[in-house]
Amino acid sequence: MTSIIAVRNLRKTYGRTVAVDDISFEVADGEIFGLLGPNGAGKTTTVECLQGLRHPDSGNVRVLGLDPRLEAQTLRRRIGSQLQESALPDRIKVWEALDLFASVTSNALDWPILLEQWGLVEKRKASFSSLSGGQRQRLFIALALVNNPELVFLDEMTTGLDPAARRVAWDLIRAIRDRGTTVVLVTHFMDEAENLCDRVAIVDRGKIVASDTPQGLITRHASEVRVIFTTEKTDLPWVEKISGVVRVTRKGPRVEVEGSGPVLALVAAALVEHGIVPSDLRVEQPTLKDVFLKLTGHTAGE
Amino acid sequence: MRTLFKLTWVEIKLFIREPITVVFTLALPIIFLFVIVGVLGNTPEPNFRGVGPLDYYVPAYFGLVMTAIGVVALPVHLTAYRERGVLRRLRASSISVWSLLGSQLMVSFIIAIMGSILIMALGMLVYSLHLPQSPALLIPAFILGTISFASLGFFLGAVLPSTRSAQGLGLILFFVMFILGGAGPPSGVLTGVMRVTSDIIPLRYVIFMLQDPWLGFGWHVNASLIVAGITVAAALLAARFFRWE
Repeated sequence: MTSIIAVRNLRKTYGRTVAVDDISFEVADGEIFGLLGPNGAGKTTTVECLQGLRHPDSGNVRVLGLDPRLEAQTLRRRIGSQLQESALPDRIKVWEALDLFASVTSNALDWPILLEQWGLVEKRKASFSSLSGGQRQRLFIALALVNNPELVFLDEMTTGLDPAARRVAWDLIRAIRDRGTTVVLVTHFMDEAENLCDRVAIVDRGKIVASDTPQGLITRHASEVRVIFTTEKTDLPWVEKISGVVRVTRKGPRVEVEGSGPVLALVAAALVEHGIVPSDLRVEQPTLKDVFLKLTGHTAGE
Repeated sequence: MRTLFKLTWVEIKLFIREPITVVFTLALPIIFLFVIVGVLGNTPEPNFRGVGPLDYYVPAYFGLVMTAIGVVALPVHLTAYRERGVLRRLRASSISVWSLLGSQLMVSFIIAIMGSILIMALGMLVYSLHLPQSPALLIPAFILGTISFASLGFFLGAVLPSTRSAQGLGLILFFVMFILGGAGPPSGVLTGVMRVTSDIIPLRYVIFMLQDPWLGFGWHVNASLIVAGITVAAALLAARFFRWE
């Protein structure tokens, strides 16, 4: 795997506010790389520096082997961008926008296919101002893909999409990755990063606090599973002595046992041994949300 | 180049879909023409450079169309694009500043030509307009005048902070230029401070530059030099201050 993006010690300030504080990472060819973090963490500023839309104060950035500061125009022809704050003229029609943005390169995609994939066929002749939030969002993703980019930046791409459209969007992004396009995904949705990304960098207050595959992050930072069941019996001191158990919390009849290793099997066996056979025994695997909480001390504010 | 032409074509369609701009740039000069010529007719008078008011005003209104483009339509369009993030979107898709401003210049030409043909056609159909005496000199004057006001529009669009400010300042500039720049009362009747103001209005020199070939007075060297100077200055300032966001 070769690096498509290499960022070293990137720093960007706005006045006294430090938006990006010494960020370094690499993105490999053909992966979906996620920047996950709350709003204002510096994710958008970081990708804007990569696209040559902003000039970093210091640091070294290479994208597709180019320097975004000096070769922005060449770079932008080869990448696709879906931006958070942008718009089209009110009265431009959907097909006109796609046709226009396809003209920047000679190997653009056939945009009628994009209309179909992103569910915009009926809106082909609709003006931009008449589109709903979700339709605009899908149009912006289609515009980011129309120049057949080697690398695509998607900044909060599923904001404004309904749950069904989100799933469709995820499938389409995976399909784009499978065709060989590298994807950089900026998101504050934990489930999106966990479901879609090959690798995730968790960004908080302008810094990357951890970066790995979603599973790798979970294994390293939140390996404890949670076993949950209910029982009327109150005296359960033996639960804490089960091997691997770290913590037991009780709220009325509901018992939560946190621990690592094969804790579900051991808890189940011990329960049966003590004559407790709960019908609702279940296990909750840790998610990126737990990792995020543990690493940053707060949630991403979904 | 392909992007430039596509963008120009899209911008022409957007212009036609925007009724306010169409009315302002195309209909307003025609209304002025009907009212003023309806009152004054076309009998030669010394105040109108010795020609009839109709022959005096038709080339002046060509200049008025260019003014509407340069001080109202373009600055409002560009500031609105910047304010709403359209420029940001275009830039991220590698559309260059040259494609952007080049397409606006081409659209400005098309609107100026359309507006002028409309004025001329109505002047001939409804009134007894005389045809231009030196079309070969009128064409370069027309081109220079349009580029000049387009540059002014790029400059205003670059420096004005918002759509509101562009609308406000644009309308003031338009009406001051219209009334004191030679498309209202002829400059001979202006006195005092109006006279001085008239002398510093770019439209006045564009009108001289257009009127002289039309009326057979030859090429207005001084006016064309002043207009060229304004064009260069406005274009350089526009290039210096242009911002995508």
